[in-house]
Amino acid sequence: MDFSDTPAEAAFRAEARRWIAANAPSQHRVALERSSFGVLRVGGDEAEKLAICRDWQRRKFEGGWACLHWPSEYGGRDAGPVERLIWEQEEGVYGKLGERFVIGQGMIGPTLMAHGSPAHKRRHLVPMASGEEIWCQLFSEPAAGSDLAGIRTRCERTAGGWRVNGQKVWTSGAHYSDWGLMLARTDPSVPKHRGLSMFIVNMRSPGVEIRPIRQMSGQSGFNQVFFTDVFIPDEDMLGASGDGWSIALTTLMNERQAVSSSMTTGFDDIFDFCLRFDWRGGKAIDDPVVRSKLATWAARTSGLRFTAMRTISSAARGEVPGPENSILKLVAGMTMQEIAKFALDLQGAAGMVASPEFAEEEGKFQLMLLRSPGMRVEGGTDEIQRNILAERVLGMPPDHRVDKDVSFAALMQAAGDAARRS
Amino acid sequence: MDFGFSSEQEELRQSLRTLLARECDMGRVRAALDGRVAFDEPLWRALAEFGAMGVAIPEEYGGLGLGLLELCVIAEELGRAVAPVPFSSAVYLYAQLVLAFGSERQRRDRLPQIAAGREIGTCPADALMSPDRTSLRVSRGRLTGRVPMAHDGLVADWAVLPALDEEGRLGLYLARLSGPGAAREPLASIDPTRTCASLVFTDCEVERLGDGVEMPDLSRVVDTAAVLLAFEQLGGAERALEAGCDYARQRVAFGRQIGSFQAIKHMLANMYVAKTLARSNAYYGAWAMATGHGELPVAAATARVSATQAFQECAMNAIQVHGGVGFTWDYDCHVFFRRSNALALVLGPLSTWESLLVERLRDGARTGDA
Repeated sequence: MDFSDTPAEAAFRAEARRWIAANAPSQHRVALERSSFGVLRVGGDEAEKLAICRDWQRRKFEGGWACLHWPSEYGGRDAGPVERLIWEQEEGVYGKLGERFVIGQGMIGPTLMAHGSPAHKRRHLVPMASGEEIWCQLFSEPAAGSDLAGIRTRCERTAGGWRVNGQKVWTSGAHYSDWGLMLARTDPSVPKHRGLSMFIVNMRSPGVEIRPIRQMSGQSGFNQVFFTDVFIPDEDMLGASGDGWSIALTTLMNERQAVSSSMTTGFDDIFDFCLRFDWRGGKAIDDPVVRSKLATWAARTSGLRFTAMRTISSAARGEVPGPENSILKLVAGMTMQEIAKFALDLQGAAGMVASPEFAEEEGKFQLMLLRSPGMRVEGGTDEIQRNILAERVLGMPPDHRVDKDVSFAALMQAAGDAARRS
Repeated sequence: MDFGFSSEQEELRQSLRTLLARECDMGRVRAALDGRVAFDEPLWRALAEFGAMGVAIPEEYGGLGLGLLELCVIAEELGRAVAPVPFSSAVYLYAQLVLAFGSERQRRDRLPQIAAGREIGTCPADALMSPDRTSLRVSRGRLTGRVPMAHDGLVADWAVLPALDEEGRLGLYLARLSGPGAAREPLASIDPTRTCASLVFTDCEVERLGDGVEMPDLSRVVDTAAVLLAFEQLGGAERALEAGCDYARQRVAFGRQIGSFQAIKHMLANMYVAKTLARSNAYYGAWAMATGHGELPVAAATARVSATQAFQECAMNAIQVHGGVGFTWDYDCHVFFRRSNALALVLGPLSTWESLLVERLRDGARTGDA
């Protein structure tokens, strides 16, 4: 039980700190500190924001500080989990410039390393690490969210490759991505998990159409992506035909890791607010009811932080991270929603005001309120996370399944019949 | 950085768990629950032989001189076993108070006896949390007054108590509970596996704890006890969750194991979440306590709030998973439920610790939320 740095870790930290002090884009520091809940306040339009993000990523890559945990032959540093954590702590607010690369570097890169051909790795990993090429993940569909294996996007054989038709949804960053990792159905005659394959898709291919989804918060980080007779060459299939589901599991396992190391609950925001906010003749923080809530959120936030650190410790001991990481997003999403609601409650009728120039804290809590329902859904709903914990960690029996051992085509037929009957 | 116990500490856990499987099964716990014994004396002797009481007492005072981290491991295992022994009062409170504030002579007299399991002491929660509100009076070395509620008070031989002297100065005193001038009245408890008593003193001869004349600051002892209790609560939470999971796999209704229903799964998942957060916070507390880090006040309060919530939730919902049998005397669920609610109160209630946590965050370090 030692939360402090070993001499080697301290030396690594000092080196990282020196490099960051000399190289980080400090002109953006203040804007980055004010950036939260998906809003990046640096630069003007999206193109300029992207250029600033890419610039920091390229500098890190050239300095040997990109994708620390990746092998150096792919542009990484061969660093361990603890060094990665130290880097994240030292990079601090500049880490927000890396959010657009997380899907590629955190999830798809490790998937390519595990399942890609030598040619895939040579072609794609280094530009992914340097930020030159950005990736998106093409998994979810309108009819397949929590039940991901129910996807309908079809890949059919054609000369020299595959022809894709279908629709993906909730694709973060599709509009600025160069490449996508796509799960598609290649064989509807077998049960649904078995007829899937994984492909690398060039997002500039003819027939790819991207439409932004406007969220309830007004932001548009996600997209719908339509595929109409899009051609994918044979060599861009990952693994073999029918391997799609097991490859997707690799990606999703890495998603839990990538998402969870950057969880925020909003606790520091509500705590600072309660320190300053005048309420019932004192500061909000003096009220016992407020204290009780703050204490619960403080304990949860601290618990999340040290749970993530315990995971890093076990990874450093060589243990593979398991489904227990599901708790991080589950607790963070729920807590953020409670915090946002309570912050508005303290403000009374003024809590309705969302305009940044009049609202408390530039409307931060109003934004948080409107962002938080999405947190509890994206990357696996709260309910799916609880199923994962109950079944894979606590050993509860799986739910009764009506779709096992039935071909996907027959399932579609049965679903159609049921819809007509009702 | 390493956020876990060492392999030596894990070995200590395994050997204690083996001992407790032999010496502290539910039949033994129920002997105390049913009032057949005040506490499990054979288990107490076995723990003393194991070295449990002296693990954090220096060798020069008859202990093993290991450390507080080892004591955390022991606390967690005793919590898992719902051990019917006054360990928390004797070791986290009494021993730590004597070690921290006793004179050299008092340490030499008392600590070896504690380490050997021959002497049990206690300190009432109110005395620790708000000593200045004591109603006890000392005059010419004799203590008079009443302590309404002392945990483990019926089986303790000694108590550390705050009292005001003739000149109104507050001090800590060491009182012998089995001697003349001291009387005890048993109190029925929500957790009969541990005794409660009120203490009545009438010109009871006492000695001052330590050589000084100043009232010592108890906060470090309180925080240490909070962390150790958090581990005890954590052990209990884990055991209650396991009981719920075992039953959910075994019980069949509507043609299925009830653990296959999402309503049950999600309740168990929430218990797991609370317990996991409590474990991480307890580790934070353990580290701050063992290293004497400046974050101890925040870490201890965090650990205590988190563990109290987790044990209460796990024990309460273990009953819910069991359904009807869950609230019978014969099933063990109520043993965890009783202990979870008692441990929530033995060192200041949840509301006090919630308030302390917020005050300490205001005055010092943050949780470090990203």
